[in-house]
Amino acid sequence: MSLLIGSFTIGLILALLALGLFISFRIFNFPDITAEGSFTFGAATGASLIVAGMNPLLASAAAFFAGLTAGSVTGIIHTRFNINPLLAGILVMTALYSINLHVMGKSNIPLLNVTTIFTWVDNFSVWISGAGSRTNVLGWDVAMKDIWLLLFCLMGILIFCILLWWFFKTNLGTAMRATGDNDQMIRALGVNTKAMIITGVALSNGFVALAGAMLAQFQGFADVQMGIGMMVWGLASVIIGEAIINDHSLGFVIAGAVFGSVLFRLLVAIVLRWGLNPNDLKIITAMFVFIALILPGLMQNRKKYTFKKKIHA
Amino acid sequence: MLKIIDISKTFNPGTANEVKALQGVTIEIEKGSFVCVLGTNGSGKSTALNAVAGSFMVDEGRIILDGMDITRWSEHKRAGYIGRVFQNPFSGTAPGMSIQENLALALKRGKKRGLGWGLPKHVVENFKKLVAPLNMGLENRLENPIGKLSGGQRQAITLLMATAIRPKLLLLDEHTAALDPKTASKVIDLTQQVILKDNLTTLMVTHSMQHAVNLGDRIIMMHHGKVAYDFKDEDKKRLKVNDLLNLFDELRRKDNIDPAVAELLKEQYV
Ligand SMILES: Nc1ncnc2c1ncn2[C@@H]1O[C@H](COP(=O)(O)OP(=O)(O)OP(=O)(O)O)[C@@H](O)[C@H]1O
Ligand SMILES: [Mg+2]
Repeated sequence: MSLLIGSFTIGLILALLALGLFISFRIFNFPDITAEGSFTFGAATGASLIVAGMNPLLASAAAFFAGLTAGSVTGIIHTRFNINPLLAGILVMTALYSINLHVMGKSNIPLLNVTTIFTWVDNFSVWISGAGSRTNVLGWDVAMKDIWLLLFCLMGILIFCILLWWFFKTNLGTAMRATGDNDQMIRALGVNTKAMIITGVALSNGFVALAGAMLAQFQGFADVQMGIGMMVWGLASVIIGEAIINDHSLGFVIAGAVFGSVLFRLLVAIVLRWGLNPNDLKIITAMFVFIALILPGLMQNRKKYTFKKKIHA
Repeated sequence: MLKIIDISKTFNPGTANEVKALQGVTIEIEKGSFVCVLGTNGSGKSTALNAVAGSFMVDEGRIILDGMDITRWSEHKRAGYIGRVFQNPFSGTAPGMSIQENLALALKRGKKRGLGWGLPKHVVENFKKLVAPLNMGLENRLENPIGKLSGGQRQAITLLMATAIRPKLLLLDEHTAALDPKTASKVIDLTQQVILKDNLTTLMVTHSMQHAVNLGDRIIMMHHGKVAYDFKDEDKKRLKVNDLLNLFDELRRKDNIDPAVAELLKEQYV
């Protein structure tokens, strides 16, 4: 049970990553691989600042801004110099690897005896329910501490979802969505689409970097490798979410990304529990995303095929 | 209102695909004038409109809109003053967004887009009144994605969007070409209403000589990236479809002679 709750919590933390990829991949149609670098960038920035004694909330905010910066560099490379989105992302991701090493000073920063956001949550749970208290959830014995962590993450992600939903419903956010939907149209309505793309990719990477900073604080360390495979991970969440929630309105798609992230994390926990070699996790994830990407097309082809058969019959 | 002064545009210069799409086009349009642009395929009509809209920068010449030299302005900056409807019904609207969101986007054309709510209630109420006269039943479907509408419905909405905020200049590039004849004439009627109502300065590209004869107060015929004919006022009123057909034939004859003459001259001089 505590494994389940742990997966839920990590799933909610990584939902920030899914939201980030939802912005770049779904709103802007921008396959942004910068995420791999900015995830670590966020973790590195957050962890180093916390170790240096900064308030963890401020350090996390700084991580968000670090992501914003990384994303705007990708956006600028793409729009101002006409470089293809993937290539722009690869350039920044590669550069970030060195930057991350510089930020961290070494390849791993432990966060054991420092105050993180989750230390606060722990303290809060001790204050409310007492130290080491446990409770019964549907017949399982779980630590109150884990429940408070879960609730905290749930609240946090809810707030971010609402903020994001609100933002994409404002005049500016609507123009951004239109940029991804039909850039020619929105340019003819006076919108600087380049600025929209730069802002959007920046925002996306802000979320991704925040996810990195939160995960580092949750697991108690930042590692220079921790961003590897994160783009596909986030995509998997977004795609699963879309598959479960078959509704394309903004609110549902955002909620779907969160559900997808949690579900995907649970799925991973289950297959690992079954004895899957952790080294094989990435190949399974990649295959999974591949199938999820081609499945809708395949189903459509099948429909067309049976339709044709009917006509010829 | 609009002065196009001797503009030229060559696509892919210096390559095998070089196209001299505009070769010194000069057009001056008075305020409130409704100009129909005719011409064979590839004569540069769309290129001329796109040059004015700023889809690309012209190689030479200047473009003055209402006293402002917009020659070097970006496309989105010009869009603050110019409304556009494209030939392709898919081009003018955001398919994944609802009708009301598309209309709301149009109401902010050329204005600052901040963090205000994108779809305020009072604005949405107005949309019903805006689309009801189209008689397409759209007033009850404002929340549907525009991608679900037919081409004609989309063009009608795009036209409303282009003129929702009165533009200094309206550019229509064969905006009825992709529609069936009945829908096309409906959209043309709507076009005429909208233009008359606000007395809009308009450049409309069309292949329908009937439309060109019936609508507007001026006809410009383009050929090989240049203005071949320009009829105003009384001349334009006298013009019939047959006259236009004859002009087209004349241009075609000249085309056929030109290469032969060139060949002859070559033989004589080389
Ligand atoms: N972006 C571009 N790149 C290269 N060539 C172009 C481009 N746009 C237009 N052209 C070329 O410029 C010439 C003029 O094209 P344009 O689209 O202006 O013609 P048109 O008069 O609008 O024709 P139609 O009636 O078929 O729409 C054509 O030869 C076309 O191939
Ligand atoms: Mg054209």
